[in-house]
Amino acid sequence: MSLDNASIEQIKAVALAAIKSSQSLDELREVRIAHVGDRSPIARANQGLAEIEIEKRAAMGKLIGTARANINQAFDDKEKELTALRDSRALSNERVDVTLASNRNPRGALHPLTLLTYEISDLFVGMGYKVQEGPELEASWLNFDALNIAEDHPARTMQDTFFIEPLASGLVMRTHTSPVQIRTMLENKPPIYVICPGRTYRADELDATHTPVFNQVEGLVVDKGITMAHLKGTLDHFAAKIFGPGVTTRIRPSFFPFTEPSAEVDFFYNGRWVEWGGCGMVNRKVLQAAGIDTDIYTGFAFGMGLERTLMVKYGITDMHDIVEGDVRFSRQFGSGGR
Amino acid sequence: MKLPLSWLSEFVDFPKTISVADIAAGFVKVGFEVESIDNPAEKIKGPLLVGKVLTIEELTGHKKPIRYVGLDCGEAKTRYVICGATNFVAGDLVVAALPGAILPGNFAISARETYGKTSNGMICSSKELGLGDDHSGIIVLDGKAKIGSPALRVLGADDPIIDIAVNPDRGYAMSVRGAARELAMVLGLNFKDISSKSLIASLEKKKKRGKIIPVQISDKTGADQIYLRSLSNVDPLRPTPQWMARRLSQAGMRPISIAVDITNYVMLELGQPLHAFDSAKISGTLRVARAGKFTELITLDKVKRKLAKDNLLITDDKKVLALAGTMGGLDSEVSEFTVGITLEAAHFDPMSIARNSRSHILSSEASRRFERGVDPLLAELASARAALLLIEYAGAIYNGSSVKKTPLKKRSITISASEISSLIGTTYSDKEIEKSLKAIGASLRKSGKKWVVTPPSWRPDLNELPDLAEEIARFFGYDRIPSQLPPVKLASNGSSGLTPMQKRRRSMSLKLANRGLVEVHNYPFVSQSQMDLFGFTGDRAKTFKIANPMSDEYPYLRTHLTPGLLAAAARNLSRGEKSVALFESGAIFRNIETLKPAGSVSVSKRPTELQIKQIYQSVPKQPLHIAGVIAGEMTNSGWWGKGRVVEWSDAVDLVRELIEDSGNDYSIEAVDLAPWHPGRCAEFKVDGKAVAHAGQIHPRVTSTLALPDATVAFALIVDALKFPDNFKASPISVMPAAIQDISLFVDQKVPAEKVEAALREGAGELLESIALFDRYQKEGEAQVSLAFSLVFRAADRTLTSDEVSELRAKAGAMASKKCGAQIRT
Repeated sequence: MSLDNASIEQIKAVALAAIKSSQSLDELREVRIAHVGDRSPIARANQGLAEIEIEKRAAMGKLIGTARANINQAFDDKEKELTALRDSRALSNERVDVTLASNRNPRGALHPLTLLTYEISDLFVGMGYKVQEGPELEASWLNFDALNIAEDHPARTMQDTFFIEPLASGLVMRTHTSPVQIRTMLENKPPIYVICPGRTYRADELDATHTPVFNQVEGLVVDKGITMAHLKGTLDHFAAKIFGPGVTTRIRPSFFPFTEPSAEVDFFYNGRWVEWGGCGMVNRKVLQAAGIDTDIYTGFAFGMGLERTLMVKYGITDMHDIVEGDVRFSRQFGSGGR
Repeated sequence: MKLPLSWLSEFVDFPKTISVADIAAGFVKVGFEVESIDNPAEKIKGPLLVGKVLTIEELTGHKKPIRYVGLDCGEAKTRYVICGATNFVAGDLVVAALPGAILPGNFAISARETYGKTSNGMICSSKELGLGDDHSGIIVLDGKAKIGSPALRVLGADDPIIDIAVNPDRGYAMSVRGAARELAMVLGLNFKDISSKSLIASLEKKKKRGKIIPVQISDKTGADQIYLRSLSNVDPLRPTPQWMARRLSQAGMRPISIAVDITNYVMLELGQPLHAFDSAKISGTLRVARAGKFTELITLDKVKRKLAKDNLLITDDKKVLALAGTMGGLDSEVSEFTVGITLEAAHFDPMSIARNSRSHILSSEASRRFERGVDPLLAELASARAALLLIEYAGAIYNGSSVKKTPLKKRSITISASEISSLIGTTYSDKEIEKSLKAIGASLRKSGKKWVVTPPSWRPDLNELPDLAEEIARFFGYDRIPSQLPPVKLASNGSSGLTPMQKRRRSMSLKLANRGLVEVHNYPFVSQSQMDLFGFTGDRAKTFKIANPMSDEYPYLRTHLTPGLLAAAARNLSRGEKSVALFESGAIFRNIETLKPAGSVSVSKRPTELQIKQIYQSVPKQPLHIAGVIAGEMTNSGWWGKGRVVEWSDAVDLVRELIEDSGNDYSIEAVDLAPWHPGRCAEFKVDGKAVAHAGQIHPRVTSTLALPDATVAFALIVDALKFPDNFKASPISVMPAAIQDISLFVDQKVPAEKVEAALREGAGELLESIALFDRYQKEGEAQVSLAFSLVFRAADRTLTSDEVSELRAKAGAMASKKCGAQIRT
């Protein structure tokens, strides 16, 4: 074989064409052996250098080296190209339908009453209140007497209150969370800022709007200079938090043995006034029974039903949904609330 | 309290422009919820005329009497209608609904063929017109009505009835007069009161000599006022005037007879319950007395009642006449033969009447008023008003009165404008205080900067400054009270925020929810059969019984959360869930302490510390539990294959996680405890005390409740776990770990936990963690093979292989020593 420029160019052109037309990495490997390997034309050309005149050898050597580098570069480029192609084909073959169901894990949830209690507790804790709890099976002195509910009050009849046998035990299922207020006042000196959420009991049949076991949240504030305006402000803040900014409350005169003055509180929602709960300034008799000096301190209290609040807020029309423990009901609320 | 507008109008000057809605809003503003507004006339449409009965033809041969009646309704021709009532005669005026009329309940009147005649309308009863319950006969009008005139006007049917709820502190508003006073006050209208003086004087002018029944208050704790009006020559059969009967019906009471109707009318009008006795049935003196030796009374409702010793009664020299303020006796009732009537009006002790009513489960119009407090000065006026009505409408002659009364206790309350303003939170001037308190009937005297207020006699509820503050705030409207947040003083000593226990309960609940369990709130009521099924013994069999449960089947309080949870799980499965995972956190109730009732403790001041302790100790501890149940699959089945069925260890692992998360150390051992499977229940102990149980539920329980065999449950006593104090974090070593596996044989009775503990002990402080990665037992062999992976790490260096081999050997040796383990090589 004669070594001249043209033949080197020829060798290079053939090699580059072979590389270019390679369709796969396997093919490219064959091409590489054929065009760069020990017996390839370019390798043999290189071996032929020894046979040419010494003065031409350097120039020819350079020419062969450059051609070889060009071919190698082409190989590398082609190899990268074909590798990328192979990889993308492989990934493409691994494609799945990501919309397939994947609900391996059952979905848990908190009960909406729990979530509502969290929301209310967090609101008041943020304002500096504490959250107080107490027993559901309670001494009637704490549930009634200390709250200025006299022995002959209708609330103390069997139609309203669950009594524990024997009656002489003096134990009842608490009819409101107000005994927690009394416990709080017996155990702490003012200033007192607390809310008392919890389960309460009244002898009502379960129907669409009643349940014998229900939840309340009550608030109690005892401090110097507490007024009914503070009560109103607290209720407004509370309602706006639960039912949305701009929701306001109104209070209207009412009667409870444990408050004086007393009021019912309504909130304005979806174009109408909705009854929410009772409230008022803590009756002096109640403060006195807890040993709080009524010349120095005044206080307010309020209380509302959580079931009712939940029903209005979420448009729940049947109490059964709240009490029956059907997972489909609670799952609507998730574990963080809606 | 049902208030016809026409009746209110006798006491309030309403302007022509006022609407019923304005009046209702006024009631609400001063604290009376409006339960309904009802106007029967709005439910009647079309021609309803006054007709005169001209002819009556009795049609025979039918099951009941049927009349064919000719009516003059002011029309050209006589109108004939069929009528099933017989309480009228020719010449009577009746109410005729003509074809085209629509009566309440969308009852359309048309001409129709019936009983072989054409009936061109209907003669109406009160009930058919929605004016009352009376359906015993048709309405016969007073003779004055004009024939052919619209009957609604004659009947006074176009008269809205406003039904208000009266709170227990406002007994005075259980009368037209009392409610009208409130209404006049809130609407700023003139209140036209009855003149007590002239009314009483006009009765005294009519007095004619005759027999007077004497009166005594034998028990001064029972009454402080009683008026007896003696009347003779009564005609008890006179009809009650139409206007009076109509008003009684409007107020929801049934007209009975003239004497009874008059007492009821006066009660509704003025608020004073009255009782009319047949004077002939009273021997000697009429008395207010306790039951004492009297043991029985048959009341007006024909019920024989056993009297309690402290029942307050009206008696005479020989017998019981009435259950005071509650219900009269049958024997002394006014009858058609009565000639003399003794009217009783008293002011009874509210508590005594409340007890009368409760002890006989007998709530009457009278008792409801007395319980809420009747004006003690009202007895004289009301009895005089009733006596005058008996004279006018029953032909009675007034013979005179007997009276016993004790002077009223003087009440006065000293207040100042600033005290009122600082309680309500808005400023009221002296002028406003005077104006508002006068409006409720109080009298005021200025003493320096203060007011000395004497509340009206009908307001026994006004005793202290806050009572008057409510009246003043109410008068000007609660909407005047501004909205301010209180200046909350943050709790000191870092004690603000949720308590550690509250945070723990939240975090446990959230953890379980995020593990796929759904929270439920079950009623805490259980049945005996549930307790039996669950096999509760010991503390968990000791519960509290509700004396008056909602359902006789479920009178007990739960001693454990599992009965409610398993029932809820079964309910979910029956509604189509394939698997279910639930949890609940809540109190449980065990009757395991010796509880002593605290006895009677005064509320006039703070109880002594001893009394407080006794009250607290009368209440059982009610620990907070958190429990869960998982029935069926732990992970769901799907296109990917079968889900994993839950097993005992899932329940155990949840408890491990909860306790570890709380920062407590625990040990586990196997126990046989209902309702769990006797061989598949783990007991968790913290400091030697059992705090939780977990495992598979007993097959007897699951099969009875139709739950899957694979049903597991756990229960943890949340408040039995401590809060680790002085917790410090350990540093994390980044030196390489050396892992050594060890396999050993132990007897199957040796718990894995014991083996693990022995390995830990033997391995020493360089052991970072240990995990059981294999457990194998050949069928029929008593030996179990356990394989653990031990991870060793030092804080400051790389452990050599010699070191860790030695530690592994030491761990193995300890397991051999403590558990009889054989090391496999």
